[in-house]
Amino acid sequence: MTVLVIAEHDNVDVADSTLRAITAAGAFGGDVTVLIAGHDCGNAANAAARISGVNKVLCADGPSLGSFLAEPLAELVAAMVADHLQSRTETFEAIVCAANTSGKNLLPRIAGLMDIAMVSDVIAIKSADTFVRPIYAGNAEATVECMEPIKLVSVRPTVFDPAPGDSNPADIESIDAPPYWNQTRLVQAAEQDTGRPDLSSAKIVLSGGRGMQSAENFVILDRVAAKLGAAVGGTRAAVDAGFLPNEVQVGQTGKVVAPDLYMAFGISGAIQHLAGIKDSKVIVAINTDEAAPIMAAADYCLVADAAEVLTELDAALGDKNP
Amino acid sequence: MTDEITILVPVKRVADPNVPIGVFPDGTGVDLTNVRMAMNPFDEIAVEEAVRLREGGTAGQVIAVSIGGPKCVDTLRSALAIGADRAIHITTDDDLEPLAVASVLTVLTNELAADLVLMGKQAVDGDNGQTGAMLAAKLGWPQATFASNIEASDGILTVTREVDQGLEIIQVDLPCVVTADLRLNTPRFAAISAILKAKKAPIETRAAGDLGLQLSPRLRTISVAEPSQDRANINVANVDELLDSLRQDQGLLK
Repeated sequence: MTVLVIAEHDNVDVADSTLRAITAAGAFGGDVTVLIAGHDCGNAANAAARISGVNKVLCADGPSLGSFLAEPLAELVAAMVADHLQSRTETFEAIVCAANTSGKNLLPRIAGLMDIAMVSDVIAIKSADTFVRPIYAGNAEATVECMEPIKLVSVRPTVFDPAPGDSNPADIESIDAPPYWNQTRLVQAAEQDTGRPDLSSAKIVLSGGRGMQSAENFVILDRVAAKLGAAVGGTRAAVDAGFLPNEVQVGQTGKVVAPDLYMAFGISGAIQHLAGIKDSKVIVAINTDEAAPIMAAADYCLVADAAEVLTELDAALGDKNP
Repeated sequence: MTDEITILVPVKRVADPNVPIGVFPDGTGVDLTNVRMAMNPFDEIAVEEAVRLREGGTAGQVIAVSIGGPKCVDTLRSALAIGADRAIHITTDDDLEPLAVASVLTVLTNELAADLVLMGKQAVDGDNGQTGAMLAAKLGWPQATFASNIEASDGILTVTREVDQGLEIIQVDLPCVVTADLRLNTPRFAAISAILKAKKAPIETRAAGDLGLQLSPRLRTISVAEPSQDRANINVANVDELLDSLRQDQGLLK
């Protein structure tokens, strides 16, 4: 069997989330083919070919794929799978991508075009047709059997290790780019703040919640994070209060993180927030309320004011850089 | 494209996300006995946005639709209280999968000649986040998922999307499907008079089985379990103790 992984990339490098999706694809027990679809994306195809566990790279290169819109890419994948089924050359038993905003936008569209059910946000692959996924904000985990001939699966990247990128290059096959999709136009791409480690892949994450109380305290959080080489995240309350940008909200409907160390400052621990941090290796909770739900979800609990602790940490860490 | 568009807003009845839920001891599913139910919060945001588009003159009519058992009527009445003009209940005893829901919505969207389907980006029970994009695909329409801002003009929506890297802006031509993210708006509290009026409003009913669609499940839930959450819960007295623990016991900090 062959598993098709739809890569996320910037035409040059393959995203960390895709390296993790490739590891997940390997758990199906077949060959792994990676699709690189973009414009002037030859470098990304070359990078994909060197990823360990990748048997083949398909490269669709054309201006219609330049904005990474879901619509033309979904058309491409659905048409390709249909062609392959018809010609019986190479069939894909599964199509896998990362369950981040890019994959969540794309894979259900492919599923709709193919009229095939999809399994979202998979955290364990039991077999080639049986998967575990969180439901109810992670309050429960369902083991689901997919009865479709082709399994469409988005995988939660944080629970799979990134595949290393140092193997002998796999073959790269060029395929045609799809026609233009004119009804959707990218006006302004999101600009990643490159000054910080990425929240989804950072080894240490410092997060703030309502208990942080002021923007000044988030400045201290930021400084301590910089000293630790940590990413900064937060709760919905912190984002709603304007202390943090939307994209760093951690939780059920925001980002899922799984760092080695997650430090929660002034976070009470709503179900929706805990859903986004439960795979962290070590969780530290700093809260004035010893009965806060975050305490039960933590490895280390410090009953104290978040801002005071941050000030002490700032001093204790001196002026060191990561 | 007419000046005033018709918006279809699918609304789902789910367990209130603020209420903790448990799992049946035999692992057959989530125990919803006596659990308070509510409209999926993302759908509530979608209803609010649709009503605002009507109030702003972009939309002529907002139609809410809910698929499920008899209690979905409560969810539809909530949508009417926020300001939806019409409510349609598609009755079924089955818990339809996202693909089946998308199939039902495809038929309805075509029948009602809706120009825009505005819906939550995910339901907070199944957390699938699939139906919007599946529907857009089945209709052959453009999609704008995870919307945090919508501006409408001349048959075009300019949508700000919440993506992992930050905010992205796209333009989509109508007709299209838009899925609502958390910060699209803050839904209003329905006025008592609106709630009372919604109680008496007519609700159109159709059986899902009469739509001529293949809605049978493609997925089978084998078991549902509570996640393991074993944490040490070690109390530390101060910052020094915390740093010692993280450095020496965990080797996490240098």
